[in-house]
Amino acid sequence: MMFLSYVGLVAALLSGAISLVMITPERSKRLLIGLAERLTFQSAAEGLARQKDDRFHRSVEYAAFGLLGLSGIAVLASGLGALLSEQVVTDQLPFGLPWLAWHLRLDALSGLFLAVIGVAVIAVSLYGPGYVRKFRRSGHSFPVLGFCTGWFVAGMELVVLADDAFLFMIAWELMSVASYFLVAFHHEHAANRRASFLYLLMAVVGAIHLILAFGVVAAFAPNFTFEALRGTPLSPFWATIAFSLALVGFGMKAGLVPLHAWLPAAHPVAPSHISALMSGVMLKVAVYGFIRFVFDLLGDVHWGWGMSTLALGTGSAALGALYALQQNNLKRLLAYSSIENIGIIFMALGLSMIFSGNGHGDLGVIGFIAALYHVVNHAVFKSLLFLGTGTVLQQAHEDNLEHLGGLVKRLPRTSVIFLVGCVAISGLPPMNGFVSEWLTFQTALQVSAIDSGVVRSMIPVAAALLAFTGAVAAAAFVKVYGVGFLGQPRSRHAAHAREALHPGMLLGPAFLAMLCVVLGVFPTWVIEALDNVSEQLMAVKLPGASAHGWLWLTPVSRSVASYSGPLVFLAFALAGWVIYRLLLTSPDAVRARRGPRWDCGFGGLSPRMQYTSTAFSQPLRRVFHPVFELSERVDAEPRGHKLLTPAALDYQLEVSDRSWRHAYQPLAGWIEAAARQVGRIQTGNIRTYIAYSFFTLLLLLGVVS
Amino acid sequence: MAWLLVFVETALFIALAPLFAGWVKWVKCWLQNRRPPSLLQPYRDLAKLFRKRPVIADQASWVFEAAPYIVFATAVFSAGIVPFVAAHMPTAKIADLIVLVGFFALGRFFLTLAGMDLGTAFGGMGSSREMMIASLAEPAMLMAIFTLAMSASTTNVSQAIDWVQQSGLVLRPSFAFALAGLIMVAVAETGRIPIDNPATHLELTMVHEAMVLEYSGKYLALMEWASQIKLMLYGVLIANIFFPWGIAHDFSPDTLGRGFVAIAAKLALLGAVLPTGETLFAKMRVFRYQEFLGFAYLLSLLGMLSHVILEVN
Repeated sequence: MMFLSYVGLVAALLSGAISLVMITPERSKRLLIGLAERLTFQSAAEGLARQKDDRFHRSVEYAAFGLLGLSGIAVLASGLGALLSEQVVTDQLPFGLPWLAWHLRLDALSGLFLAVIGVAVIAVSLYGPGYVRKFRRSGHSFPVLGFCTGWFVAGMELVVLADDAFLFMIAWELMSVASYFLVAFHHEHAANRRASFLYLLMAVVGAIHLILAFGVVAAFAPNFTFEALRGTPLSPFWATIAFSLALVGFGMKAGLVPLHAWLPAAHPVAPSHISALMSGVMLKVAVYGFIRFVFDLLGDVHWGWGMSTLALGTGSAALGALYALQQNNLKRLLAYSSIENIGIIFMALGLSMIFSGNGHGDLGVIGFIAALYHVVNHAVFKSLLFLGTGTVLQQAHEDNLEHLGGLVKRLPRTSVIFLVGCVAISGLPPMNGFVSEWLTFQTALQVSAIDSGVVRSMIPVAAALLAFTGAVAAAAFVKVYGVGFLGQPRSRHAAHAREALHPGMLLGPAFLAMLCVVLGVFPTWVIEALDNVSEQLMAVKLPGASAHGWLWLTPVSRSVASYSGPLVFLAFALAGWVIYRLLLTSPDAVRARRGPRWDCGFGGLSPRMQYTSTAFSQPLRRVFHPVFELSERVDAEPRGHKLLTPAALDYQLEVSDRSWRHAYQPLAGWIEAAARQVGRIQTGNIRTYIAYSFFTLLLLLGVVS
Repeated sequence: MAWLLVFVETALFIALAPLFAGWVKWVKCWLQNRRPPSLLQPYRDLAKLFRKRPVIADQASWVFEAAPYIVFATAVFSAGIVPFVAAHMPTAKIADLIVLVGFFALGRFFLTLAGMDLGTAFGGMGSSREMMIASLAEPAMLMAIFTLAMSASTTNVSQAIDWVQQSGLVLRPSFAFALAGLIMVAVAETGRIPIDNPATHLELTMVHEAMVLEYSGKYLALMEWASQIKLMLYGVLIANIFFPWGIAHDFSPDTLGRGFVAIAAKLALLGAVLPTGETLFAKMRVFRYQEFLGFAYLLSLLGMLSHVILEVN
């Protein structure tokens, strides 16, 4: 299994490397021909020599994405192997520091996240060749894109495999830096450069927190391997400090509110298949880090940590959903929705920590599995939605909902696949999003096991907010689909969009859509697999989630709650069949007549009279106006008398989240002021610096002796 | 045998839903000194609509045509899950209260999408408002369900009914609050006064009617029938969870008959309470909905808190 993950790693790195031949296509082509002749592959060499530049370009893209796909398949296989076989494999590689080789470990938790990475990477590598074609003409560099994609994927795979703090941080930084270049890919716009800088800055700040978190634990441990960190008992004080640092560090990468500012800025500006990887997988890697650090390395979970995790998660979920609903840019909306889903994952983790910390490990494990289930689900449907958005962006040249519309007729197949994603992410049965939210609700419902009255009344409030989140998320995706795909085209581009030509651009999302259905219909099998993780990590198994066979999901017991995904799906399938046979294809079905829409008798309905995206979200914007930073401006061109309606109206509305003005800008101000104070000692005179060094040395000597 | 009974019961449920709607209308007319239409009028309306040739707008996509079927199917599935005449049907295990909320949400998802499909302003307005109401009502509903589920320590409706019956006729403050909250949510979710007016055809005030404005013929019939089923679903839920007495626990004809009489009597009573409220109150402005639903949430929260504080031994 470890071998397969190495294959995956090497394939991802090679996929990055092979893109580099496009830096100097002519020379590399000659080099390749020479190489083929040397290896006596005459026909290959001739074939290469005959290829035109464009064909060569395409072959390189296919090779890069093919290797990426190979990497995806390999890590999916090794991940599933580790997850299902419950074996723990460790290995050491002779790289890194002289006294600390790279330690790697593949257990059920790493296996699960490897599988998640694998699934998304497979979909992206199917999708990629068709999508990157457009960059060939626009002068964007494929070597940069391909190289960084390969190394980004390799970085994520390595994070999940790392078994010592050094390798973990190296892989983490590899992932962050490679993704920085991907965010900065469209660097011709100043806004994108700003977004990528913000991303890099927050990634660095997050990494500092992680280094400190590892440092706190390592200070009590003999060395930096996770094995040593795991065995180190920490006093509650230091454990809480380490936990808080990890929560901030991993939470920043995962995008928890209020540490999320980079996410809605960075995800939309990357190329869509990269956004899919970042939102679908990279955020999950941060969740992986959090789980690994808290549940595995720290071990003894305190319920107070759970309360803070739950609070942060609930805030992120509710605010993420509200902000998502207010976005008009499709990719930005999806980015905010990622914040919401990460919030749900952290809610479930928080619940799990509260129960485990109170000595109810058997209940905590339900929350843990709900979190892992949602990790898998979100990776699947968020990648699907970003890839679908990429198709829309490529075919309609628009990702602003206000300029889209009517795509269901222009892109019929893409829009069906996209609808599956929308239903799944809104948490509706029988899709996968529903099952994990249902499990989270069931965890919250077990609250009567807890003694503290405060906790017992806080958890249902959090669960009610989860219900709110679900409803608002559904509203957001009704808006996405209703405004973007239904209705009439709002721009010329949208009216002339056509289905993507490359089959991979349908295959990749379709693969994910199929997974959405399968993961929703057979929850017991998924949970049995996820249970291996909880068994290894928490030493508790979910007692009877599938005790009544694969048909029935019963997380606690049969009398408390049960859900049958297969039967619900069967009912829908049966209903669909009945409707199709009886009502649509029967000979005496009443045939519908086509006619114009109801226009109140005035005539001339135009696409501009449709409800817009801004209008759709207006009611909730008005109800929850305190959480938004609204700036609204109406310029009316008067007709000369106040009783006459104005000749023209110009309405501008900007919605942003409050954290930017109320948290980040003051913070930046303080840092600048502090830097100015520190700057006073910087005279620029070499003698002063020598004096500083001298006195520092004296001081240190004094401390040491 | 039990499965056969499920189908009979579900069929009975969906067959009686128009009658319940007719009864509500009948009482309302009577309260407002108008001459009521016959109790069977909803059946005649449905039959008329099914016979008529529907008109579909040129711009409609497949979502528009599929939505009525999906909405109707979710309503029928919900009717199959909720204990109507008898508790502990085989289907009761398939889905619990939270799944039921999920089914409602699924139906609403497609209903609102259908409203936006043609790109007319009415449909979009109705959809937008419907989603706002849902966003505000769902936490209140969940909170009420939570109060119930924490008391009975189950989300399974049949189990909860057992628990309520076993604990006897006691007044629990938590249940009183949860009941009040759930009734307010039911009023909002089924589009009754003071949130929405099913009788209105003034475009600017309507929500549900705005979404289905473009439907005609069998499509409209399915939509109307689905909303009648939904109204009765809320009625049956409230009646059977909070006042479960009389519900059949085994499937002998005798108890089933008694269960049917009991639920019919309870629904008749609820069907008289609803129009009384509708007669006493006026429809609200759209931006006062949040106060109404916020109050419903507050009531359910009070119920939950009083459960935590007063009732836990």
